[in-house]
Amino acid sequence: MKYDNKAWLFLLPALGVMALSAFIPLMTVVNYSLHYIFSGAIPEFVGFANFIEVIRDAKFQGALGRQLLFSIAILAVQMPLGIAIALSMPKKGVGVAISLVLLGIPLLIPYNVVGIVWRLFSQSDIGLIPEVLSWIGYEYNVSLDPIDAPVTIFLLDVWHWTPLVALLAYAGYLAIPDAFYRAAEIDGASRWKTFRYVTLPKLRPVLVLGFLLRFMDSFKIYAEPLLLTGGGPGDTTTFMSLFVARKAQSYELGYAGAASIIYLFIVIVMSYLFFQLLTKLGQGESQKA
Amino acid sequence: MASIELRDVWHSYDLEEGKKNNWQYAVENINITYENGAAVALLGPSGCGKTTLLKIISGLTKPTKGQVLFDGEDVSHLSAKDRHIAQVFQFPVVYDSMNVYGNIAFPLANDGVDSSTIRKRVYEVAEILEITDLLKEPAGRLNPADKQKVSLGRGIVRPNTAAVLLDEPLTVIDPKAQWGLRRKLKQVQKELNFTMIYVTHDQHEALTFAEKVTVMQVGKIDQTGTPEELHENPASMFIGYFIGSPGMNMMDCTVAPDGTVAYNGTSFQISKKLASGLLEHGNELTLGIRPEYVELITRQEKNAMSGTVKLVEDTGAYKIVTVTMGSLDLKARAPETMKVEEGQAVWMGFPEKDLKFFKDGKKVL
Amino acid sequence: MRQMEKKLEKRYIFLIVYFILLFIPIYWMLITSFKYDTEILSGLSFFPKEFTLANYKEIFTSEVWMNSFKNSLIYVFLNVIIVLMVSVPGAYAFSRYNFLGDKHLFFWLLTNRMAPPAVFIVPFTELFYTLHIHDTHMAVALGHCLFNIPLAIWILEGFMSGIPKEIDETAFVDGYSFPHFFRKIFFPLVAPGIGVTAFFSFTFSWVELIIAKAATVTNAKPVVVTLTVGIGAEGVKWGLLAAAGVLTIIPGALVVYFVRNYMAKGFALGRV
Repeated sequence: MKYDNKAWLFLLPALGVMALSAFIPLMTVVNYSLHYIFSGAIPEFVGFANFIEVIRDAKFQGALGRQLLFSIAILAVQMPLGIAIALSMPKKGVGVAISLVLLGIPLLIPYNVVGIVWRLFSQSDIGLIPEVLSWIGYEYNVSLDPIDAPVTIFLLDVWHWTPLVALLAYAGYLAIPDAFYRAAEIDGASRWKTFRYVTLPKLRPVLVLGFLLRFMDSFKIYAEPLLLTGGGPGDTTTFMSLFVARKAQSYELGYAGAASIIYLFIVIVMSYLFFQLLTKLGQGESQKA
Repeated sequence: MASIELRDVWHSYDLEEGKKNNWQYAVENINITYENGAAVALLGPSGCGKTTLLKIISGLTKPTKGQVLFDGEDVSHLSAKDRHIAQVFQFPVVYDSMNVYGNIAFPLANDGVDSSTIRKRVYEVAEILEITDLLKEPAGRLNPADKQKVSLGRGIVRPNTAAVLLDEPLTVIDPKAQWGLRRKLKQVQKELNFTMIYVTHDQHEALTFAEKVTVMQVGKIDQTGTPEELHENPASMFIGYFIGSPGMNMMDCTVAPDGTVAYNGTSFQISKKLASGLLEHGNELTLGIRPEYVELITRQEKNAMSGTVKLVEDTGAYKIVTVTMGSLDLKARAPETMKVEEGQAVWMGFPEKDLKFFKDGKKVL
Repeated sequence: MRQMEKKLEKRYIFLIVYFILLFIPIYWMLITSFKYDTEILSGLSFFPKEFTLANYKEIFTSEVWMNSFKNSLIYVFLNVIIVLMVSVPGAYAFSRYNFLGDKHLFFWLLTNRMAPPAVFIVPFTELFYTLHIHDTHMAVALGHCLFNIPLAIWILEGFMSGIPKEIDETAFVDGYSFPHFFRKIFFPLVAPGIGVTAFFSFTFSWVELIIAKAATVTNAKPVVVTLTVGIGAEGVKWGLLAAAGVLTIIPGALVVYFVRNYMAKGFALGRV
């Protein structure tokens, strides 16, 4: 493998900016995680004490568990739904631009506006959801019911982010040359077989990207639960980002720093594992020879 | 295996798309018959309509007018699958998620054939194509030439395949591998006696593969014939120029009843008999002669046209000499041993038996 | 033929139903923006009983709101420009060269996208103060590079890898200087990829709240932050927020509309 280190020159600008916007802040967080910080007093170095405290904290474990459940549910729904939408979209003609614009709109709404809209939507007495659900006899209350709250956030996220998966899948789908479908037709493949042996394998790189992006981003959900339920009722909608942010805001910076690092570590490891798994999966399929 | 006939086929994409004015035909007045088991080429430059014809034969496109018949039966309404057509595309189409065995077995598996028959058949096909050792490899990892073989394998694995259509299959194959693949295609065709239709813009591919070549330009068929016929007796200027390397020389000239063929002040003689035959079509014609038949002479002779050597290209086996007569350049072949230099004055003799004459692009006489 | 038409219809029905469901919340926001707060709080109505533009008027006549929109637009565009300028060469490096540590660097870049902005609030604020750029557009633009540069490099690398290296080599053999090659040959080929990247960068920067809030106070206060003031002690000013919300969608929708052809082409050309 020949190394051409001239490449570093091309990377200097990006690395320079990243040093500023990523590396330094990250180091600051690492710094916090190793110290005991009181407001007003001088931070005291405590090694890994914060980390141990975080891992042992039942509240942290709760938030983590809630988050993982949420992220998995998200992936289980948004991936197939996104693919289904992408495959239903028109491939050419004026419908393409229209579909792209319509699909793009939820993605362009600031996160807190999303939160506000859904709050309006779900608020008792004035929202559409409680109204419609009352027609079938269900008493919906997003601020008090420990099931309604997370489910609403879940639906919010599906509404908000499925278009991302759909757009990515659509891009990959358009890239599949027509010849493959003609060949499959000539080979007598059924619709399902065509999907399984032509569409899905060819969509794989783009779906892996979508999967990883959604997984990573699902951990970041913050403004929406904050605005919709404030993390409640209780802490049923206190996901990781909200949990950590609260700790930081109450100036427990050491704790927050350690928690962030732990959670970042979990996300990185899981992403890496998913990535390996998903790319290997493709090469595994074969028929007996 | 089937004979394929196109009868009075006309097709317009414009009409297909619903255009009402200014529509044009992509292919016009196509009438061809290919016998069962023939190795055929559709040759022509980009945009001549050969891919359109291929799509009409395969059933992907329904012609605006005309019929497609397989073994005498009208299949115009049948889909590609129902016509039992196999197709090899410009870039290799394989199912990446399956190994080679799975790929070749796929059509049979979809047909519901039992696995032991499939196994037997796949191995047969793999052996013919010499890819038996690749059967367990994931199809996505092969090089392009092998992928095309797999593609072909899928095409011939079904026992009732009517014809195999190849759409410029060597396009993405690198030059070193092209020869091997071309040889394999021809071998398969001969051994299994499939009707194979090979579409290409490369005359070399066409002439080496096919027994019968159809040359097209601008949506029309110029000529259908064996490679020899096309070479020796082109029906149009286009064919004369397109076939052969280098192509036929073309010279606009005037013919007089006394046998003088004149160009730009110089002239040479042909027989009065030939001249009178030509004059029936007019006296302004285009003369064509292949470089290999032009006699290159270094001394002035009576019945030769004069010119100056512009360029000498040495192929190692012979020389290609470009001679300029002012506004027209002609190419002639000279033996390797002949001494010719740029700037040298030379004379060219045109043996009458090797002359072709054209009017308005079409052959006369 | 019959069967194909039936299949097409089923597909489009699914799509249309999805789009309708997608639009219900937006429609809701739209009609809310045209209602008085009193009507909103008094109950449900599918269409404004009293149609009003008062909410919009309040926004358009407010200097704070107008500046907020302006600020947002400024830093988002700044961000997109910075991101593209550093990511295009960066992606080129990953696509064309093997170098020591390349896989690890790529992975590290991606991990930055996983970082939760929430915890960076304090570090970012400190950093910007130190650099004397707190409460400026540049601060937010830089802050957003945290997640936009990795994504941009990720996407662009994918597009660039779809362009055969032979094209580069041929150009250099033909004597093109690098800038010349890039401008005349490479750029047109990768333009749809750049369009798609610009779209995503714009999107993620426009909607982000946490860093934007951490980096600004008043001068560069973006609209996402101004939106948070609608939730006060006296209750939520729904009408105003809905109107502001509607307005925040417009620049995004315009961007999508203008780059739709690039996007369609970029999507059609290959891996995102």
